[in-house]
Amino acid sequence: MSATPQLPPVAKLEQKTVVDLIAKGNRIDERGHDSYRPITIQTGVIEKANGSAQIFLGKTRVLVGIKVETGEPFPDTPEEGVLTVNAELVPLAHPSFEPGPPDENAIELARVIDRGIRESKAIDLKALCLQKGKKVQVVYVDVYVLDHDGNLIDAGSMAALAALANAKIGKYEIKGDEVIVKPDRRPLPINNYPVSVTFGKVDRNIIVDPSLEEEQVMNARLTVTIEKSGSICAMQKGGLSGFTTEELRKIVHIAVERAAENRAKILAAAKI
Amino acid sequence: MQNKHPEKLLDEKGLRVDGRRLDQLRPVRLEVGTLDKANGSAYIEQGKNKILAAVYGPREAHPKHIALPDRAVIRCRYHMAPFSVDERKSPAPSRRELELSKVIRESLEPTVLTDLYPRTTIDLFVEILQSDGGSRCAGITAASLALADAGIPMRELVAACAVGKVQGQLALDLSDIEDKQGEADLPVAYMPNSNLVTLLQMDGILTLPEFEKGLNMAIEACKTLHTMQREALKNKYSQIREVAEEKEEPEVIA
Repeated sequence: MSATPQLPPVAKLEQKTVVDLIAKGNRIDERGHDSYRPITIQTGVIEKANGSAQIFLGKTRVLVGIKVETGEPFPDTPEEGVLTVNAELVPLAHPSFEPGPPDENAIELARVIDRGIRESKAIDLKALCLQKGKKVQVVYVDVYVLDHDGNLIDAGSMAALAALANAKIGKYEIKGDEVIVKPDRRPLPINNYPVSVTFGKVDRNIIVDPSLEEEQVMNARLTVTIEKSGSICAMQKGGLSGFTTEELRKIVHIAVERAAENRAKILAAAKI
Repeated sequence: MQNKHPEKLLDEKGLRVDGRRLDQLRPVRLEVGTLDKANGSAYIEQGKNKILAAVYGPREAHPKHIALPDRAVIRCRYHMAPFSVDERKSPAPSRRELELSKVIRESLEPTVLTDLYPRTTIDLFVEILQSDGGSRCAGITAASLALADAGIPMRELVAACAVGKVQGQLALDLSDIEDKQGEADLPVAYMPNSNLVTLLQMDGILTLPEFEKGLNMAIEACKTLHTMQREALKNKYSQIREVAEEKEEPEVIA
């Protein structure tokens, strides 16, 4: 069952400082309301993965590894490869993370990242079909949170995109029932670059890219994922309050701007 | 079971597979207080959706360590019956159901005055008996009625409705077929008096103007549903009064 979360005890004074600074148009780390923390992306950090990327979003650190294997397609899409996104909140990343099967936060994180990639048709799944209805390539996107300082959705989705763009897959040949993998490596077919932008609502102020300190005082969260032509391809609201219609109109426009800027950073890091 | 896939989701007149206009809700039936043991309950039929919602609480938190010192903990479970969909669904909770349990809880928490009941839990169960697209929204509409029926203090009722895109056109309250073949889905939960959107998800592709228009369509539908919710609540309590008045009559004669 999904239960109201128990927030870690943040000193009331610290809470007040964070909220008051935002009310005055500032932020605890001296950013503007609409700006991101510094973003650094490294690609190809795990040699044994087909593709990988590590992102530093401020002090948040997320590693994404891509593995591509052969498997069976889903019966309703016999001519398409399979995309699977999983997220792990690794216990070394935060005192509240515990070992065990993914909790609702990890599942939500994975599903929001998955939604952006899937709905924008970022991976050309049709090109991953080896034998109609029998053998396809399965793309595993594993999101590994290594240091949690807030906004895991944006860090995870940017790292996932960079890792996908970095991924190389083998050439496959079908001989009878056998699939032969040739080491000749080609890039994973990527058609779109979805970028998520996450907003927090603190009292009545809207901020972009909330840090952990800000997440602990915010009332609500909204993620808007923008695909390359500037349309929305995924959204997810979270948190214990809501957004007014005026706030939503403002948010989607800011999302388009920030997504374009971050997309350029990801593509530069992935050398596209 | 229907497995026919119509070629077109809109006919020449712009009507949908079930004959609705683009901005028309499916027939909705709401019933309050349908369950005997729950503190509050509600039943909704919206199209072929058949959904029961029940509330237990505020009650003592079990296990105790989950209790919060300053307010009630709301727990929510969205669950689909194995027979609710075309192919049998395993009764074990899927990742989708876990996510929906979370977003449904978060769509209702803004309305509940949880600080009145510290150290307790309010348990919310949404059971999908038959699913026909838009079940999370119908579930929220019913769950909010169940909370009110349980007498839990709330700011207002929450209503929810989805807007989707079929053949390039925005359409209200997608049915199962439209949802599976449509190009986008935008479920929205809304508190009309506070003007707060408390559930917002999206998949598919929408341009910004489409999003704004879709959001407005969903909000208008939520307002209609909100009126229906109030009627359903009044209905139950006016029936109780009638029964009470009938019982009183013999005493008056004596």
